[in-house]
Amino acid sequence: MDDLDSRAAQALADIDKADTLEALDALRVGLLGKNGIVTAALKTLGALAPDERKARGAEVNRVKDRLADALAARKQVLEQAELDRRLASEKLDISLPGRDGERGGIHPITRALERIASIFARLGYQRADGPEIEDDWHNFEALNFPPHHPARAMHDTFYFGDGRLLRTHTSPVQIRSMAGRQPPIRIIAPGKVYRSDSDQTHSPMFHQIEGLLVDETSSFADLKGTLAEFIRAFFERDFEMRFRPSYFPFTEPSAEVDIRWDAEDGSTRWLEVLGCGMVHPNVLKNCGIDPERYTGFAFGLGVERFAMLRYGVSDLRAFFENDLRFLKQFA
Amino acid sequence: MKFSENWLRELVEIKADRAALAHALTMAGLEVEELTPLGDDLAGVVVAEIIAAEKHPEADRLQVCKVNAGPGDPLQIVCGAPNARVGIKVPLAMVGAKLPGEISIKAAKLRGVESFGMLCSAKELGIDADASGLLELPLDAPVGQSLAGYLGLPDASFELKLTPNRPDCLGLVGLAHDVAALFGSTVKVPVQAAAPVTGAARRGIRLEAGKDAPRYLGRIVEGIDPAARTPLWLAERLRRAGLRPISAVVDVTNYVMLELGQPLHAFDNDTLEGDIVVRHARAGETLKLLDGNEAKLDDGFVLIADERKPLAVAGVMGGFDSRVTDATHNIFLESAHFAPAAIMGRARKLGLHTDASHRFERGVDPELPRRALERATELLLAIAGGKAGPVLVAENLADLPVPAAVILRRARLKRVLGVDVADAEVARIFTALGMQVARAADGWQVTAPSSRFDIEREEDLIEEVARIFGYDNIPTATPAGALTLAIEPEARIGELALREQLAARGYYEAVNLSFVAADLLADWGFTDRLVPLANPLSADLAVMRPSLLPGLIEALRHNRARQQERVRLFEVARVFGEGDPPLETPSLAIVACGNARAEQWGEPARTLDFHDLKGDLDALIAWGGEPQRWSVHADGLPGWLHPGRGARVMRDGATVGYLGALHPQLAKTLDLTADVHVLELALEPLLARRLPLAQAVPRFPAVRRDIAVDLPESVSWSQIEQTVRHTLGERLKELRLFDRYSGKGVEAGRKSLAMGLILQDASRTLTDDDADRCVREALAALEQSCKAKLRG
Repeated sequence: MDDLDSRAAQALADIDKADTLEALDALRVGLLGKNGIVTAALKTLGALAPDERKARGAEVNRVKDRLADALAARKQVLEQAELDRRLASEKLDISLPGRDGERGGIHPITRALERIASIFARLGYQRADGPEIEDDWHNFEALNFPPHHPARAMHDTFYFGDGRLLRTHTSPVQIRSMAGRQPPIRIIAPGKVYRSDSDQTHSPMFHQIEGLLVDETSSFADLKGTLAEFIRAFFERDFEMRFRPSYFPFTEPSAEVDIRWDAEDGSTRWLEVLGCGMVHPNVLKNCGIDPERYTGFAFGLGVERFAMLRYGVSDLRAFFENDLRFLKQFA
Repeated sequence: MKFSENWLRELVEIKADRAALAHALTMAGLEVEELTPLGDDLAGVVVAEIIAAEKHPEADRLQVCKVNAGPGDPLQIVCGAPNARVGIKVPLAMVGAKLPGEISIKAAKLRGVESFGMLCSAKELGIDADASGLLELPLDAPVGQSLAGYLGLPDASFELKLTPNRPDCLGLVGLAHDVAALFGSTVKVPVQAAAPVTGAARRGIRLEAGKDAPRYLGRIVEGIDPAARTPLWLAERLRRAGLRPISAVVDVTNYVMLELGQPLHAFDNDTLEGDIVVRHARAGETLKLLDGNEAKLDDGFVLIADERKPLAVAGVMGGFDSRVTDATHNIFLESAHFAPAAIMGRARKLGLHTDASHRFERGVDPELPRRALERATELLLAIAGGKAGPVLVAENLADLPVPAAVILRRARLKRVLGVDVADAEVARIFTALGMQVARAADGWQVTAPSSRFDIEREEDLIEEVARIFGYDNIPTATPAGALTLAIEPEARIGELALREQLAARGYYEAVNLSFVAADLLADWGFTDRLVPLANPLSADLAVMRPSLLPGLIEALRHNRARQQERVRLFEVARVFGEGDPPLETPSLAIVACGNARAEQWGEPARTLDFHDLKGDLDALIAWGGEPQRWSVHADGLPGWLHPGRGARVMRDGATVGYLGALHPQLAKTLDLTADVHVLELALEPLLARRLPLAQAVPRFPAVRRDIAVDLPESVSWSQIEQTVRHTLGERLKELRLFDRYSGKGVEAGRKSLAMGLILQDASRTLTDDDADRCVREALAALEQSCKAKLRG
């Protein structure tokens, strides 16, 4: 007994002194292992009388528990120390750039175009499209431009040898969308359009979005309301707006829409952003829709203009140079 | 349409200042594009006469002038203008005057000589751009009178951007009618009196162009003074309308055109032979025009001719040989009506755009010719004298347009505009616009004046009401109506999502023009089935692109030339090909060069290669969920691809695009200094996406066996994959290539591949024996069909 006690006392001191997990484990084996002192002490119990055996058994178990607790406590201390060492040695420069964090970006025209289309999608306008190489009927005649009409001169047109042309606006999609269909119709048609004009403020290819709504009650007041809502949704702010009478062969009455824009120098000016109007009865008729029963409105806008205003781009040509130093600003 | 504000104000009372007038015009659809104030600030500027001019003693370019500027002693003025000389009348800014640009005139010493004021150019006065010398005033200008008073200043030049439907506003009187309607006032134009006929000269007129030229009026004026000077007031009005005064006859015809909107033409009567014949040109007929160019005509043109020769292209331009010169004493004045359809596009066909064609193709009031002729005669006689002959008239009344009565229904007006306009206001608007209004059962019956070619149907009237009522006064509303939800197919990837995906993989979207140079396409080998423009802007923009790559590579070159070593671009747009209708195929293209990854510290830099780009393709294909429908092939490559590093991409057995390294020869031609990899695919196959149909998750675990084989370099991975798949069938869930090696330890011409076989059975757990048997079968097959050897 005394022997066990004194060996246990020595063992507790040894445990405290153990400074590696390996040393601690060796101690554990020597104390609690198969050939350890506790096991040996337990083996002696069988030779004792039953009542003595019980007392002695309890004694040995107490020693065993004390040793086990001490081993566990020391193990925790050593593990903690080792973890601390490891953590201290594993310190990273977390300010180094991450791997593969690279990202490209979509073009600002796409960005503006999709934003516009999605605003109208929320109002139930369905996306529509048509060919970029159009025929005279869809680009002009069906839209109420007679042959040689001076209004055609406002559309500097690219032609092909067979008389086809590059669409000068997205309005032919109106015709294609209405043909063979009856109202209610709500479509939004974004796409590339072409005019044979090239200078600082004109690109021979640019992007337009056409909107069209035809049903039984639509009015000019509805058109005004729709476009005012759109402008507010696109720019996320209110603008002073004005609708100015204008002329497009395929709408009547027609209007151009100006917004009151704040210039950088603090002044404000009217800026034309949209053309629109009530769909001309001839256009409805050309598409097999009864203009007495249905009325509609249409609008067209230049995507580049909206992208320029929204993102502060001052030179139209930047959109088509594809300079990465420009494109990266829109990632 | 450019005009003097003062002139307009003389024709109609305008109860508004200049800014309010401009705003009202713009908001009535007559957009004021430019407004230039003229002579706003001319207090202290008077008419003066130079009575002496001597060279400045100290400066070669200056003169010391004595100037008479009214009562009092002559003033001494030092002047540097080259045209300063004795006898001319010029504007003098006296001491104390302020000129535009906040210049104030003070007494000064110029190189030691005192000067008491400044003689001015038109530019210094802010009335014209001419700064070449002093503004020379007519010799009868009254000395001492304020210049502003003398020139009718201040004034302003208005420039309107008129829409093609409003030719009636291409004359000030027509414009005045709109203004009157806007301001509730009336037009102050007197009824045109007939000029006294004091001559008797006549000439026959024959109309032979049917409804194209239904009315032609002429008059001979004999004995005009060719040297007559256009009076200042008239010249000023022309100048403020953007026209240069030329000669009395030309100025008068221009003036009447501006005032009434009727283009006139004057011929030298002595060059005419016999009757005037208004007829269609004959094919091949030619005429030397006023501008000196020869017009080649055909029967689509209406010609003014005499009995022997063509004289003028009707409604477009007069001829050179019959023009009025400074020796012309007798003129023949033409004032005619040509149908818009007969003039539309004709000037353009001759490469011209004239004031006359601009008006006639839009429509000139058929009732104007006589009035305009009388007005021109009146002015001409007053300025250049002469004897006016009788008015000669030829007309086919049946072919003249007759303004139709149009019905406007009250309910329709409200429905289209979405607002109630009071009946009285509707009637007032039409009346003010010079239209005749009668009440109809449920609205109005309106007859437009003959000047309004644009009023043909109900909508035209609705527009007029809206315009004058004011768009601003129409409320805003929200469209009502049944909303049908558009169906967006789930089995199709959205184009925006695709673009975002490419952006997420490090690519920037580019937008190139749709047309490219034929030369560039030839470099690439695109020569067949092209779609060239008939009227390109330039040779660089002449052909619709058959591929997005040439343009995208140009964009890559642009960036490489600007210190961008690593370029990754993509574009989504249509490519074009010959067809009826021409083919338009939405496509995706990618170009990339430089390192595989953006410069970084974590692993060795590596140049981007074929398999990097193929990885992008694989990722896009995987998105669609049906990689088994896709395959790549080494054969059938286009010439612009590297023959050993290119691939043809197929889906469902059809070629849908290509990827690979650009052919080194093409790269050299294009002056590319880096290896460039490209990909181009038709967009639609890429956007097709499988709608998931869930399968039960396997209940039994998979087993993996790795093998390494040594086989000839020429055996492709796809051969190996097919062989193994074919051999193991359903049990092979996946075949993963995890190493590829050639070099030391591997025989030349051979390579070593290490792959993992993932095996699984749907009905039971595979045993080790099962797995080993699979490996043996696979190896045997590879040995047999791919000359493979198991590596130890």
